[in-house]
Amino acid sequence: MSVPSELDRRAAVAALLKNRKDTLVVSGLGSPTYDLHSVGDHDGNFYLWGAMGGAALIALGLAQAQPGKRVLALTGDGEQLMGLGGIATIGVARPRNLDIVVIDNQHFGETGMQASHTGRGVDLTAIATACGFAATATLRTLEEVQSLATQIAEPANGPRLFVIKVRAENPPRSLPSRDAVFIKNRFRAHLGFAAA
Amino acid sequence: MHSPKPNSEARSRDDWPSELYRILKAADVRQMSYVPDAGHSQLIRMFSADRDVTTNVLTTEEEGIAIAAGAWLGGQRSVLLMQSSGVGNCINMLSLSAIGRFPLLMLVTMRGEWAEFNPWQVPMSRATQPSLEAIGLKVMRAETAEDLVETVESAASLAYESDQQIAVLIGQRLIGKKKW
Repeated sequence: MSVPSELDRRAAVAALLKNRKDTLVVSGLGSPTYDLHSVGDHDGNFYLWGAMGGAALIALGLAQAQPGKRVLALTGDGEQLMGLGGIATIGVARPRNLDIVVIDNQHFGETGMQASHTGRGVDLTAIATACGFAATATLRTLEEVQSLATQIAEPANGPRLFVIKVRAENPPRSLPSRDAVFIKNRFRAHLGFAAA
Repeated sequence: MHSPKPNSEARSRDDWPSELYRILKAADVRQMSYVPDAGHSQLIRMFSADRDVTTNVLTTEEEGIAIAAGAWLGGQRSVLLMQSSGVGNCINMLSLSAIGRFPLLMLVTMRGEWAEFNPWQVPMSRATQPSLEAIGLKVMRAETAEDLVETVESAASLAYESDQQIAVLIGQRLIGKKKW
């Protein structure tokens, strides 16, 4: 069993993205999407409202297309658990500009706070290590998140996965647009690509 | 090395994977992801040897749907290779391509429909086209090498230029019987 964390998820995400510069961010459905929006809407954000298990892999395709930019998949424990195989795929692909940050409240927060695997001994960082990730860590305090923000701005030798353990709660929702075509075209325009 | 040159008709009939590679390169495909199928083996080899294309081997097919969407967000075109059994794994992830109107080109080799030895391939074979259409994809089919080459060329235009989500089903008759 993992010890519950008292870290506030919104404070953690705000600290993580405080100096994001030109980092591109893909957020997993549910709370990570609300968390990302809560710290300020940004043209370099792609918010998921579905496609569970896909956040880190969308980030992989993006990282491969934009090797000069840092790409962050900001997701939850439930979302990443559905995409476990993707950790192997990303480990093999070995992008140097992709970080996965799992905001881990050890619960399925969107559906009634049912306990997830990560509170019952499943360690996503150990899985990522076994899949060849260049770095992994589990964080429990705001100070650790602040150092992580500095660390992920630096180049890496391969993909990295960080788990931020947070308190299991649902802060007020902060809702980005649910229009995926709008968000997609806005994101592409941000990178200089014209809409079709 | 010299070897006897087959006539061009025989070459195009036997070597449709090279034709597909040529078409996809001409369409500026820069990422390819796949779960292997024997029918895709030559195309997989050709892309894997191509340093201008990033190739991802997947643990399950829906990963490739997500990668294709991410590639497009980053300005690159992607193609996804799988066999028909993998289509069932993709269905919910295809919500992403459908609702985001992401260009998507999947090349699906059919199993379970022609001289099939393995009965376990049959149910998903039957469900392949209806389930793809139910989630909103356009399905195109080819049964001959000539038709396949034209179909993929047209599918690539529809996907990448008209933002459509296309699955091209490659008939098992065309792939040939698997040796047991």
